[in-house]
Amino acid sequence: MTAAPTAPAPDIPGPGRSTVRAGGRGRRGEPLLLGVRHHGPGSARAVRAALEAEKPAVVLVEGPAEADALVALAGDESMRPPVALLAHAVDDPGRAAFWPMAEFSPEWVAIRWALDRGAAVRFVDLPAAHTLAAADPTWSDGEGGYGGGDAHGGRGAEGSRDGAGGRDGAGGRDGDGGRDGDGGRDDGGPCVGSDRRDGDGGQGEGEGRGDGDGGRAMDGLTLRIDPLAELARAAGHEDAEQWWEDVVELRGEEDPTAPFEALAEAMGALREAYGHGGHPRDLVREAYMRLQLRAARKEFGDEVAVVCGAWHVPALTWKTTVAADRALLKGLPKVKTELTWVPWTHRRLARRSGYGAGIEAPGWYGHLFTAPDRPVERWMAKVAGLLRAEDHHVSTAHVIEAVRLAETLAALRGRPLPGLDETTDAVRAVLCEGSDVPLALVRDRLVVGDVLGEVPAGAPAVPLQRDLSRLQRSLRLKPEAQRRELDLDLRKETDGARSRLLHRLRLLGVDWGAPAPGRAGTGTFRETWRLGWEPELHVQVAEAGVWGTTVEAAATARAESRAVTTTALADITALAEQCLLAGLTDALPVVMRALADRAALDTDVTHLAQALPALARSLRYGDVRGTDTAALAEVAAGLAERICVGLPPACTGLDADAATAMRERIDEVHQALGLLPDTARPADRWTGVLRRLAGRDRVPGVLRGRATRLLLDEGRIAEDEAAPLMSRALSPGAPPQDAAAWIEGFAGGASGGGLLLVHDERLLGLVDTWLTSVPAEAFTDVLPLLRRTFSGYEPGVRRTLGELVARGPKAEGPGSAAHGGVPGFATGLDRDRADGVLPLLHLILGTEPTT
Amino acid sequence: MTVPETVAQPGSGVETDTGPGPHEATAEALRPHAEHAFADELTALAAADDRPRPARWRLSPWAVATYLLGGTLPDGTVITPKYVGPRRIVEVAVTTLATDRALLLLGVPGTAKTWVSEHLAAAVSGDSTLLVQGTAGTPEEAVRYGWNYARLLAHGPSRDALVPSPVMRAMARGATARVEELTRIPADVQDSLITILSEKTLPVPELGEEVQAVPGFNLIATANDRDRGVNELSSALRRRFNTVVLPLPATPDAEVEIVARRVEQIGRSLDLPAVPAGAAEIRRAVTVFRELRDGVTTDGRTKVKSPSGTLSTAEAISVVTGGLALAAHFGDGVLRPGDIAAGILGAVVRDPAADRVIWQEYLETVVRERDGWKDFYRACREVSA
Repeated sequence: MTAAPTAPAPDIPGPGRSTVRAGGRGRRGEPLLLGVRHHGPGSARAVRAALEAEKPAVVLVEGPAEADALVALAGDESMRPPVALLAHAVDDPGRAAFWPMAEFSPEWVAIRWALDRGAAVRFVDLPAAHTLAAADPTWSDGEGGYGGGDAHGGRGAEGSRDGAGGRDGAGGRDGDGGRDGDGGRDDGGPCVGSDRRDGDGGQGEGEGRGDGDGGRAMDGLTLRIDPLAELARAAGHEDAEQWWEDVVELRGEEDPTAPFEALAEAMGALREAYGHGGHPRDLVREAYMRLQLRAARKEFGDEVAVVCGAWHVPALTWKTTVAADRALLKGLPKVKTELTWVPWTHRRLARRSGYGAGIEAPGWYGHLFTAPDRPVERWMAKVAGLLRAEDHHVSTAHVIEAVRLAETLAALRGRPLPGLDETTDAVRAVLCEGSDVPLALVRDRLVVGDVLGEVPAGAPAVPLQRDLSRLQRSLRLKPEAQRRELDLDLRKETDGARSRLLHRLRLLGVDWGAPAPGRAGTGTFRETWRLGWEPELHVQVAEAGVWGTTVEAAATARAESRAVTTTALADITALAEQCLLAGLTDALPVVMRALADRAALDTDVTHLAQALPALARSLRYGDVRGTDTAALAEVAAGLAERICVGLPPACTGLDADAATAMRERIDEVHQALGLLPDTARPADRWTGVLRRLAGRDRVPGVLRGRATRLLLDEGRIAEDEAAPLMSRALSPGAPPQDAAAWIEGFAGGASGGGLLLVHDERLLGLVDTWLTSVPAEAFTDVLPLLRRTFSGYEPGVRRTLGELVARGPKAEGPGSAAHGGVPGFATGLDRDRADGVLPLLHLILGTEPTT
Repeated sequence: MTVPETVAQPGSGVETDTGPGPHEATAEALRPHAEHAFADELTALAAADDRPRPARWRLSPWAVATYLLGGTLPDGTVITPKYVGPRRIVEVAVTTLATDRALLLLGVPGTAKTWVSEHLAAAVSGDSTLLVQGTAGTPEEAVRYGWNYARLLAHGPSRDALVPSPVMRAMARGATARVEELTRIPADVQDSLITILSEKTLPVPELGEEVQAVPGFNLIATANDRDRGVNELSSALRRRFNTVVLPLPATPDAEVEIVARRVEQIGRSLDLPAVPAGAAEIRRAVTVFRELRDGVTTDGRTKVKSPSGTLSTAEAISVVTGGLALAAHFGDGVLRPGDIAAGILGAVVRDPAADRVIWQEYLETVVRERDGWKDFYRACREVSA
């Protein structure tokens, strides 16, 4: 596709047609055209000044036309930016588009100005009904495909490199396009990718899903121009972002409308050269804007101001006929849509969060917009405040030096004022003393920022609520206040879907159902839930709306976000388990990645040991539910390796409590390893670890005993190897306390240790001999331990043991060794008696006896 | 003002003890100073430089940055890049000096700290020789002033008996002083810099005088930020400096290149029997060092823990050199995985408990799976066992 020649839609007049009159003072008979960069604080300030100077009666803002009804809410007391206009298809909430606005967005400033001054506000962009309907590939040359993407792109784009141009489509899949994109992804195919590419400036910032799409789409469309980059190149600058900052955002107080004129002129030249610049849909949107502009001028005369992306400004002045514009708009597809305001966050405005609306530093821009004067000094003071709160020593002298450095750096680099780069360099060199660690904090808290928007309670319901209602209907799961229990058989399709819904809601903090302890005999394919719908859950659903427009998308987004922020390893494994239960396969890669990273960096082997069981369980659930668990198995294998390496050193020098805790960990790991698939199980290595534990003197007795026992149970050491080990542990040289602990580890608890002693009289004999040799003064010390060990046995075992001991160690009993065999067992197999078991086995396993 | 005229004027008494003047190029020097080696470039830059210069600077800050980063002047003179790395770092360093703040260059060994400091001093003051080499035994005299005891005994305390330090001379001349390895200097000696940097004055109580720095005086210090057992800077001193951390080579290829070149040079100077330095093993050592240092594998897929050692490029060089010696004297003359495995183990495992676990984890989770690394894995298992 070549750029220019594709442009001519029938209505575009030839060169020379555009008398761009933007923002000029004293202009009469012309609307005030304010071409902005979305999310540009400089643009926002200039817009406010220009509006203040011209006092138009109506302000036309680029945004979906249906949003007119929601304008009044913007003036509500409890409305706090950043917020976003959200449009979604009524039948398919997953198909949605966002137009985020921050405090420093020119659109927001214009809307607030109009509301404060009693001027009218109209949104003049193509109605969302059309943009969202554009699943149809015939729309916009098969490129813009998912119109929604383009639409929010419009706003989303803001601020991204393209944004200056305001060319819609540029922020593409901003934020939530990406997020809610499941709908979009399904319909849009590669088009979604194309949106994404725009939004992120094609820089691959979009982590996680969507990346692939982006890459794919990029091959197809290389010729979409980036107006801002074009202008910067024309001005001889490499970095478009920085150039824009210099010429617009960091400008001092001058004539408020001057930049609009210059920008409109530049854009006019670009449009002449490039036409729609690879965005054929822009022509349609601009036709709609022209129609709206005409209507507004009919109603309000010349007192009209338009705030739109600078890219569109030239198009608004083209002399076209109404009929031609109408013809362009004819036959556009349409879906039923609803709009509402949703709260937004600075993090989502930031590009780096992976689904960027396009601006890298919303916190910095917000600061530039709100700081009354001396922005650099105020910024440095803010940074110093943050660092002090985090216990870094930062003096006022530091702040002074940082400001000086930033200003001199700007002079050296030939910039009018210090920008974000200069301030960041100065903060690093002076306030952070060269270290990147506090700098990361500054970036996260200030440059991006934690700001969370608020939306008045009166805003229309979020699509998430609709999606939930729809699911409740289709799954026949009514929200009832009365508590009831629900048994689910996960092998059935409906029950499986119900379980996933409940799990997803739990992830979103909507605790409609709580898992109840299952009934006896429930396997992994059964779940029991206790349901109860409280009225305040509606509020929670509304709050969760910030995560997405469908339950699945919102839960995925929430899970991904939690994966990134959670620090404790065990919490992430629990999260992975939840994701599997909730069927959120899309979130799994992110969660797994976070899990692998945390596991790699966690130096405490007990954390790893705590994390493994949940992972092993997850693998098993995954099997039941047929999800792909290859990634999970890989992470589990890595975790198991790390445990094997780290466990032996971690088991030395423990006190009694820590040793007991560690014993539980070892048991859990041992069990979990048994659940892992063979490929992921380092079986031999684990045996080696247990052997080392069993043989090392510095390891507490309870762990040595336990390791010996596990090896014995697994058949890794022969029965007659256990006796020497025990005899060594119980030899007179060993402290009685330690020996008692060894016995507890070996034979304690409900693990069947009693039976072992019953059947192997040699072991019992060893214990007996040791016990009688314990000195009297030490006996009272070991008694509690011994009592704990033996009281765990079943009464029958205890009685038998007692009888054996009472009979004396050498007595002939059921446990005495037959010739050459293992104590308690005959030398050979008694086939007749063994066959007696077979019918029962066949009954249990459901197999046919084969003869 | 108490500055005696003799001090403020170059060539007066203070200057007499300085030996060869800074601008006399020593024709036969093994390694000429930066201001001599690149005299042509400095002259060309000064001629082309029409931007404002801070007091007593030979070049404008812009020209100093160009001198370090390289470029082409309007008259066609090509300035070679002295520092290959992020532009930002040089800009911040030059700006720091221009704002009259002392500059602290931090970095692990082998990141060109000294090199950058020498060239900065050469470009700013035309003199990179006002140098204090920091060691554990650096006395206060090296930072302040000492005495010519023969004169002191013969004539009593006087200006003539005083032996100024490089720092004192820089103050008097308005030039750039350099302190190498600042963190090796004992803490009490370090602290004598505080007055110099904050008050820009150096009292001489024995004479009841003081030396005040003239505009243009500044100080560049270098220090090693990951070495153990150094004297941490006191916070009072630390905040007189702007800190710039020099990064390690950005790409594996650049680092392999550096290691290979240095290994060859060292091998030649040690007269090691010629062993073809296996490029594969050098790359392997560099990869291991980089991965452990950065805490993430080269493909970015797996995180690993970082051990307590610095694992600098300099250490990679010594590991490979050691391996070469092993191969030459005890091996079959070819650098094999086994020859470098022991060296790598020694560099990585500094703390026997924690580092060993880190190393084994790395072996089991990263090295074992990697294609073509079987031999290396086996060799490492052997030496780690």
